[in-house]
Amino acid sequence: MQSLPLFLAKPVDVAPLWLVERVARLIFSGVLKAHPDLFERLGTYRQARYCFSPTDLPLHFTVVPAAQTLAVSRGQPPQADARVEGPLLLLLGLLEGRCDADALFFSRELSVTGDMEAMLALRNALDDSAIDLPRELGRLAGPLSFLVAGTARFIRSKALEGRDTTWN
Amino acid sequence: MELICPAGTPAAFREAVEAGADAVYCGFRDETNARNFPGLNFSREELRQSTALAQRKGVQTFVALNTFMRAGDEALWYSAADDAVALGADALILADFGLMAYVAEKYPQQRLHVSVQASASNADAIRFLVEAFGARRVVLPRVLTVQDIARLTRQIDCEVEVFAFGGLCVMAEGRCSLSSYATGKSPNMNGVCSPASHVRYRQDGADLVSELGAYTINRFGPGEASGYPTLCKGRFDVGGVEGYAFEDPVSLDVIDEIDALRAAGVSALKIEGRQRGKAYVAEVVSSLKKALDATPAERAVLVARLRTMSEGQRTTAGAYDKRWR
Amino acid sequence: MTTNAGKPALSLGPVYFLWDGPKWRDFYFRIADEAAVEHVTLGETVCSKRQHFSEPHIAEVVERLEAAGKRVTLSSLAMVTLPRESRHVRDLIADSIHPIEANDLSALGLLKGRPHAIGPLVNVYNAATARLLAARGAQNICLPPELPAASIHPMLAAMPDFSFEIFAFGRMPLAISARCAHARSKGLTKDNCQFVCGEEPDSLPLRTLDRQSFLVLNGVQTMSNSCVVLVDDLAPLVEAGLSRIRLSPQDCDMVEVAGLYRALLNGRIDGEEAIAGLARVYPGVRFSNGFLHRQEGAAWVSRGRNAATGRD
Repeated sequence: MQSLPLFLAKPVDVAPLWLVERVARLIFSGVLKAHPDLFERLGTYRQARYCFSPTDLPLHFTVVPAAQTLAVSRGQPPQADARVEGPLLLLLGLLEGRCDADALFFSRELSVTGDMEAMLALRNALDDSAIDLPRELGRLAGPLSFLVAGTARFIRSKALEGRDTTWN
Repeated sequence: MELICPAGTPAAFREAVEAGADAVYCGFRDETNARNFPGLNFSREELRQSTALAQRKGVQTFVALNTFMRAGDEALWYSAADDAVALGADALILADFGLMAYVAEKYPQQRLHVSVQASASNADAIRFLVEAFGARRVVLPRVLTVQDIARLTRQIDCEVEVFAFGGLCVMAEGRCSLSSYATGKSPNMNGVCSPASHVRYRQDGADLVSELGAYTINRFGPGEASGYPTLCKGRFDVGGVEGYAFEDPVSLDVIDEIDALRAAGVSALKIEGRQRGKAYVAEVVSSLKKALDATPAERAVLVARLRTMSEGQRTTAGAYDKRWR
Repeated sequence: MTTNAGKPALSLGPVYFLWDGPKWRDFYFRIADEAAVEHVTLGETVCSKRQHFSEPHIAEVVERLEAAGKRVTLSSLAMVTLPRESRHVRDLIADSIHPIEANDLSALGLLKGRPHAIGPLVNVYNAATARLLAARGAQNICLPPELPAASIHPMLAAMPDFSFEIFAFGRMPLAISARCAHARSKGLTKDNCQFVCGEEPDSLPLRTLDRQSFLVLNGVQTMSNSCVVLVDDLAPLVEAGLSRIRLSPQDCDMVEVAGLYRALLNGRIDGEEAIAGLARVYPGVRFSNGFLHRQEGAAWVSRGRNAATGRD
């Protein structure tokens, strides 16, 4: 249920890094622009280096909020202050505050290592930010926004089925 | 009975209001409250907006200033009390006698609630708080059985609020220095128990090891449900036997006791969890709201769902049940 | 208030452990006859179920202590939840001709207007709280072991004529619960405990899964495995007006412990000698003083600049 559908995982798997990185950066900077309150809540941890490692993709996403940088890499996980690992769609659900991080962690679906204070600050900041990824994606897609946002919503609702029914 | 709901962020506050809270409790982003975690809690402006929202929806706002004023830094607590009053808090939740005296004297009209951190566990203690500070409500420590609570409410002239769901302190609240013994950060003075700054998760082969400061708190086998590295829910060695010396990683859940608590004269049920996300708040608040008016059979369904949100994915009635002792 | 003008008084706190009646009595007889302490606070503090062990001996113990010139204070229960416990606190306060040391909020309320003391299990973290309690009749406050010197100094400065006491020797009381972990560790519950905590007169060690010494169990109370030892840390606090120094009984020669502290305060031995002496009297136990230095309570900050000033 939580792992990435193959028809989505496969293209990401073979896509060149620069392309994945470009798309991820676009989303990232869009989110930062739309949610300036996120910075305030992060406090000093905006300087921290966060790494997100989806367990169903051979990729690592490393983010430093203050520098507004995002890097994508393959292979060994890069250096980071704090790292969270889990199925991509749960990571995205977390980003949107749709899933309860503690509940996922208690159930061992997520694993968190490194500076826990940095991770907690990010979790709490995201939780307050009301990020809606399909909407952010749609914004990027310009004239096709309606189509992209709709598809993304559909994928999300399938992926998080049973986890977010009463949370929305 | 009123439902008193937690909010660690304005987003969680909105969810609690939408989900049917009678009152939402929250704190400022500093050491004046007992959930002083990074990225959590309210600025003055956020509290102003939140109380305004609550007022429009007919919901009350309680502000928790439930740590103990550190000698030399009292101004932080006094100004937090001044601001909470000015921003329209319906009640202040206090633990420190010095701060209670300040509020009682300066704002005699302000509703003063006694935090669970003050550890008022009997009728004489509550009479003292009513007499000395004009306390209107006491949040009872999680050391009493339902029968104890029923006996207590008959003897006092003060509302009683009890914890119904969420994290469970095994030790008498506000009287525990275990975390500061291991980390140097005090729940009572710094507002944080088992602080994230001192938490480490370490993968040891197939096991997940949790550490607090220099101490191993637990070790989880593959797939085993885990918990916070809170000292009182750690696994230790006592007399050569390994196990949960104080309590398993479980959450408190007294939904089954709702009718008994109502009959015992309890005014309000409190949900723990200002450190949990808005998804958790929405889920737990709406479930408890339904549970208040549900039949026992309907309640069982609600409980089963909530359990998956809990630490260790299990719950206990804790001290409310005499056998827990 | 002190018998040695200009020097802080030594005080002996209540025995936190379950000792059988004769052991408990003989301990205090020896304190009366030999120990260099001015104040003795006694009586069951941790668990109401244990009261019948010491109660038959209280009268003779108090008499012997007073005959030896000690000032006696009776300790109230740390946690009061049952009607029987409430009654006990009320009776203690109503009947006692000795001052009471309050260890919970019920005693605080009932003692209003009478001279009394405040124990280290009541949360006094600032001068505003201390002043409030003093106005209600408190004459001595033993501060919680968790307080750093940075908090104690402002309190001493704010109330220069008031008698403050600090917890300077013994395993620290860190927590108390409705549940008895000590009984649980032996497969029993609090209600059917068979007084198994009496099997460990100096508490039951609790270690981490990696076999680190950490805490000890004493019935419903959890204490530090380490023994707090404030020695070099005392001078700046005494200079700032600290009135009393509390020694908390362990199952070791407390007469010797008191003798070492007295010698230290009189300047007959230095801190290093005191620590060496304490290690001899109470062997195999780690010492700590981290709380006073605003560090983890388990830490030991050795003598040096930090230790000398008591500030970080």
